[in-house]
Amino acid sequence: MLQQAFNGLVGGAFYALLALGLAVIFGMLGVVNFAHGAFYMLGAFGAFVALDSFGLNFWLALALVPVLLGAAGVALERLFIRRLAPLDPLYNFLFTFGLALILQDLVKRSYGVQSQPYPRPSELGGSIDLGLFTYPAYQVFVLAVSAVVCGAVWVVLTRTRVGMIVRAATERPELTRALGIDVGRWVTPVFGFGIALAGFAGVLAAPMRAVNPLMGADLIITVFAVVVIGGLGSVFGSVAAGFAVGLASALGNLYAPALSQTLVFILMAAVLLWRPAGLFGREEAFR
Amino acid sequence: MILSRLAGRPVLLAAGLVAALVLPWVVYPPVALDIACWALFAAAVDLLLGFTGLLSFGHAAFWGGSAYCTGLIALHTGLPFPVAIIGGAAFAAALAVPIGLLSVRLRGIYFAMVTLAFAQMVYFVANQWRDVTGGENGLQGIPRELFGLDLSEPFYFYYAGLPFVLFGLFAAWRIVRSPFGRVLVSIRDNPARARALGYPVDRYKLLAFVLSAALSGIAGGLFAIGHGFASLQEVYWTTSGQAVMMVVLGGIGTLWGGTIGAALIVQLHDNLASAGFQEIGIVTGSIFIVVVLLFRRGIWGTARHLLVTRRTAASTEQPAPERQEAADASV
Repeated sequence: MLQQAFNGLVGGAFYALLALGLAVIFGMLGVVNFAHGAFYMLGAFGAFVALDSFGLNFWLALALVPVLLGAAGVALERLFIRRLAPLDPLYNFLFTFGLALILQDLVKRSYGVQSQPYPRPSELGGSIDLGLFTYPAYQVFVLAVSAVVCGAVWVVLTRTRVGMIVRAATERPELTRALGIDVGRWVTPVFGFGIALAGFAGVLAAPMRAVNPLMGADLIITVFAVVVIGGLGSVFGSVAAGFAVGLASALGNLYAPALSQTLVFILMAAVLLWRPAGLFGREEAFR
Repeated sequence: MILSRLAGRPVLLAAGLVAALVLPWVVYPPVALDIACWALFAAAVDLLLGFTGLLSFGHAAFWGGSAYCTGLIALHTGLPFPVAIIGGAAFAAALAVPIGLLSVRLRGIYFAMVTLAFAQMVYFVANQWRDVTGGENGLQGIPRELFGLDLSEPFYFYYAGLPFVLFGLFAAWRIVRSPFGRVLVSIRDNPARARALGYPVDRYKLLAFVLSAALSGIAGGLFAIGHGFASLQEVYWTTSGQAVMMVVLGGIGTLWGGTIGAALIVQLHDNLASAGFQEIGIVTGSIFIVVVLLFRRGIWGTARHLLVTRRTAASTEQPAPERQEAADASV
């Protein structure tokens, strides 16, 4: 049971990293990025290609791939997202939907639909004795590194001036603008950062999950449910809901296996009944 | 809206009817049936998106839910296929009640995400409940017959199914032209004012959602009977996206535009598939992106816009935008 809980937290780490990126992008740009799952998938494929074609090991991929994807995100924002920003938010949603289709099928065309193998980094091949049970070292590493990244983002957001501006612009864009802060300047880097986070999660996923063109497609819907539960635009809510949903679905797997995959959506329905704006969301989600 | 004037014109109506009747002569008959089903599905999605301002990204739940329900009725009861389709549509409408109740309170992009998540819930149920839905294999061997009449020839089945599509399209047209439809448009344009006028906004949205789901159900049920199977693909989120894509390509808020979008995308799929090109998303995604970036009125919307601006330029000094608005206000 404790081990299941740990599995849940590891799964939740991916939800949290993706939901965090989705939340800052949504907050800053008002864009629900449908292609977020596709960038997660590109992260995993990036790691695979780095190793397969260039012989770069996991650690280099972990450092390099998110940066490259982040740069792609910056270009994407500059070229397209920005042009659609003044319109109804649904156009950006639809744009990223089309983009997700293209990215997924481009990868499918190059690598097929079979899963590609990706070895664990040798340093993390074994198991760790956690006192109560032993656990694969790599999973412990994933959990630790996600917690550190989420924590670091949290510290940056709460303790620095940059964080203060981003947080203010995320939660109250009009007011922040009214205070004379140039919100537009922060939009591009934040978008790039969100995409880089998705790519980072993808590289982390490569050694423990199947590297597959479709790996992002299912996950992104669950992450949407996660951010609805946490409250759209609430950074803290998204991360907390990510870990909570991971935990809940792992425990659900233990007690009601048939339900475990739908559990997140049942949770979402319950939260919507109780608090339509999500657990940590603000009322403006509905009128 | 100018649409009503155009669609009300006997010439255009007749042209549409003729196009519907000759379709299986022009294109491969199974493709013709697909076009008809998707056209109705797109109209149902546009009823919400174009006339109520709600972007549902979860309509696969109703299309696919009805596909399964219709298939189960036809497989296990032996009832004639029209009864099965009506049963499937009723199921889709019933499914839309709880989903709609929970989601119509949300607006814009929130609504899209929540409907998407609920549809994924339906997908998981269809995937897990193997005894009933066949899981990964789906439902197979759905019969295609009417009182002993064998309709498995796609060419003939197209004509057996066409009345459903025409009825559905007519229903959608009646709905947007009715007083109820006008309230929907007023909710789309200014919900606060609609509420201030005393309309129970959420109840109107819910009813529109359920009606749209029922029409999607007719389309999905017909699709399942026409193909003889219902698969998980029918309830997957890409199916919802496909319908939205057709609406956007044809023109949001034009009702008939989706028909053109459906015809183009289904035909394109067929051409690419027979050319051995499997990764259709590269092409459809690119078309979609171009439409969203540069061509937001869509095909029918652009044609209508050109027509309206030309006519107003010719007939009056009044600036076109205002005329457009005035025309839009009177659906």
